[in-house]
Amino acid sequence: MEERLQTVLAPYKGKRDMLIPILQQVQAALGYLPDDAMAEIARTTGLPESRVYAVASFYAQFRFTPRGKHTIMVCRGTACHVRGAEKILEETERTLGIVEGETTKDLEYTLETVACIGCCALAPCIMIDEDVEAKLTPKMVSEIITGRNTA
Amino acid sequence: MTFAEIQAQANLEWEALNNGGRPQITVGTATCGRSAGAMAVVKAFEEELQAKGIDAALVEVGCIGPCYAEPLVNIKKPGWATVSYRNVTAEMAREIVAAFLLGDDPLAKYALGVFGEGEIAGIPNILSTPAFKPQERRVFRNCGTIDPTNINHYIANDGYIGLNKALGMRQEEVVDVMKRSGLRGRGGGGFPAGRKWEAGLKAKGTQKYVVCNADEGDPGAFMDRAVIEGDPHSVLEGMIIAGYTIGADTGYIYVRAEYPLAIRRLERAIQQAHEFGFLGQNILGTNFSFEIRIFPGAGAFVCGESTALTLSIEGKRGMPRVAPRPRTTEVGLYDKPTLLNNVKTFSSAPMIITRGAEWFASVGTEKSTGTAIFALTGKVQNCGLIEVPMGITLRDIIYDIGGGIADGGQFKAVQTGGPSGGCLPESLLDTPIDYDSLDAAGSIMGSGGMVVMDEKTCMVDVARYFLDFTEIESCGQCVPCRLGTKQLLDILKDICSGRGKPEDMDLLYELSHSVHGGSVCGLGQTAANPVLTTLRYFRDEYEAHINDRCCPAKVCKSLISYVIDKEKCVGCTLCAKSCPVQAISGEKKKIHSIDQALCVQCGVCLEKCPKKFSAIACVSPKVKQEES
Repeated sequence: MEERLQTVLAPYKGKRDMLIPILQQVQAALGYLPDDAMAEIARTTGLPESRVYAVASFYAQFRFTPRGKHTIMVCRGTACHVRGAEKILEETERTLGIVEGETTKDLEYTLETVACIGCCALAPCIMIDEDVEAKLTPKMVSEIITGRNTA
Repeated sequence: MTFAEIQAQANLEWEALNNGGRPQITVGTATCGRSAGAMAVVKAFEEELQAKGIDAALVEVGCIGPCYAEPLVNIKKPGWATVSYRNVTAEMAREIVAAFLLGDDPLAKYALGVFGEGEIAGIPNILSTPAFKPQERRVFRNCGTIDPTNINHYIANDGYIGLNKALGMRQEEVVDVMKRSGLRGRGGGGFPAGRKWEAGLKAKGTQKYVVCNADEGDPGAFMDRAVIEGDPHSVLEGMIIAGYTIGADTGYIYVRAEYPLAIRRLERAIQQAHEFGFLGQNILGTNFSFEIRIFPGAGAFVCGESTALTLSIEGKRGMPRVAPRPRTTEVGLYDKPTLLNNVKTFSSAPMIITRGAEWFASVGTEKSTGTAIFALTGKVQNCGLIEVPMGITLRDIIYDIGGGIADGGQFKAVQTGGPSGGCLPESLLDTPIDYDSLDAAGSIMGSGGMVVMDEKTCMVDVARYFLDFTEIESCGQCVPCRLGTKQLLDILKDICSGRGKPEDMDLLYELSHSVHGGSVCGLGQTAANPVLTTLRYFRDEYEAHINDRCCPAKVCKSLISYVIDKEKCVGCTLCAKSCPVQAISGEKKKIHSIDQALCVQCGVCLEKCPKKFSAIACVSPKVKQEES
């Protein structure tokens, strides 16, 4: 981790106004923002650690815990909501055995909700990594996830 | 190269593609198309063209708009009208190649319509269908027709003419054209763009910035993404013109990190604009220089607010500046004068300069000129992105363009403007679409989300849903917003779960006004709109929830029960097998029953019960325990 972190941080010494791009890149390299990395970002930019945490905790994109190999994002956009996103979320939670925001014990899946994927015409939908699964029913959700696990 | 030479070269390439005697296949591969499987269709065409040895151009284009028909493929075969195919699969792609490209059968059964010159028997002309006839594609002028990764396609379609023209005008002249066009900010606020540009020009300072707000965060809106993915150069050109007009040398595009394809398209477009001399030092031989940088936003709805957005670019928490605050045009990014507009506002500027203020104002209403873009979604037949002249009615949009309510449902409400907007009932369907009329009805134009709701949508639940969103997204610095949205949400949750009290409605009303009056930014000031409009137009639903513990739309779980009709149940056991909590008991070929104490109201049993039996029903108010 140390080495990857240094590579990412190298061009940003003292660049305080680049804090958000730095956090994005560190998270892209490490998968999340561990405490050590936060301290290192503070040292590199010359910002107090409290400021780095203040900014990171403000934005939805940043997380402080490790993530699963795959991310399942359940869309909670308005169009999905009126077409039954709530039931899709419940079924996903039931199938994975975790609730929104958690990661499965085997570190396989992280379950999140998102304000809108922007596929409103195909509602309700979820996104598994980069793939969108559209026009879902609760039944399809459990089939998709179980299907992936046995494949 | 001079601009005329650049144009000549681009026109040559465009002509060769369009009239070079080869068939042309275009596939919409913006995010929406990709979600529906467009990349597999592209691959199928590639393989099939190669296998059959057909010389045809295969072009990936942006979003054409009718999401319900994605993946969408257009085929232009010499001597034929262009045929648009809907919901194309890899298999259909191979079939179309064999029948239409090798043979002369355009496969009418797969066609959405034709456009361009000529007719084909059995396929309607797209532009004469109710879904397209009322539309006027201006901001979407190039989306779905050009390859967004090829700057020559943009140039050949009047691209960068506006910039070239503006650079020959005085800055005040550009401001004058923008003012006369009547263009109002397309981010939703509707502030006259010309006046903002004028303020930017007049602001004192040697360092100024142009910022494009592409932080499209409204759930249910995705048109900014479509414009960037389908026609990125139009946004860049608008920003460069704005930079020249106010005297800025740097522009930022603040774009959601959740839009990776849009970011890639912008990066590529910026690089090409540099190569062609539209960006960088001494643009088109003048002494004007301009750079554009991309800033991926990190996910905070409030950053759509201008002061929060500029603070976010500076690497800070995106909390709107507190009052009294100077306008962003005077003190903005890094405390310098900053001109901030939405994607569609910038994208409109080049055509206004090119074609004139009068042309722009020739459609729309007197106070809202031009076109409006909506993401028409929800319980409507034809979901998708539409562009219509301002002044068209909600009814025309929902019933003509949208094709009416999906699945034979009944219209109940239409929600415009996202979490800051409101829900309008059937009686207001003849409201014309413009900033002022929507405002008067209690909703807003907003960023253009338009979600249609039917009788299966609970309006109290919709209000709860939006407050859930604003409560999370409130930045927290104004107490009435931070705590007010929380209290509103708690009261709405109580009502939805059957704990509502008669006095709650007055309390909601009073709290809504406190949140509105006590917040510094637009998020807080409008957060209560969904509550206020649902209270105003759908009070009977609140009353049913509170007084009768009944959810008329049968959405609120605490107020519904699933029951088995003993007359209809044949004991097929499907429901019992699918129940996740084993609440259903009954033997094969015997009548089943649901244990209400165990039931979690997931509705899987209703979904599973075969249509020919339809033995399971959802009822509200709740039943105690089914008699067995």
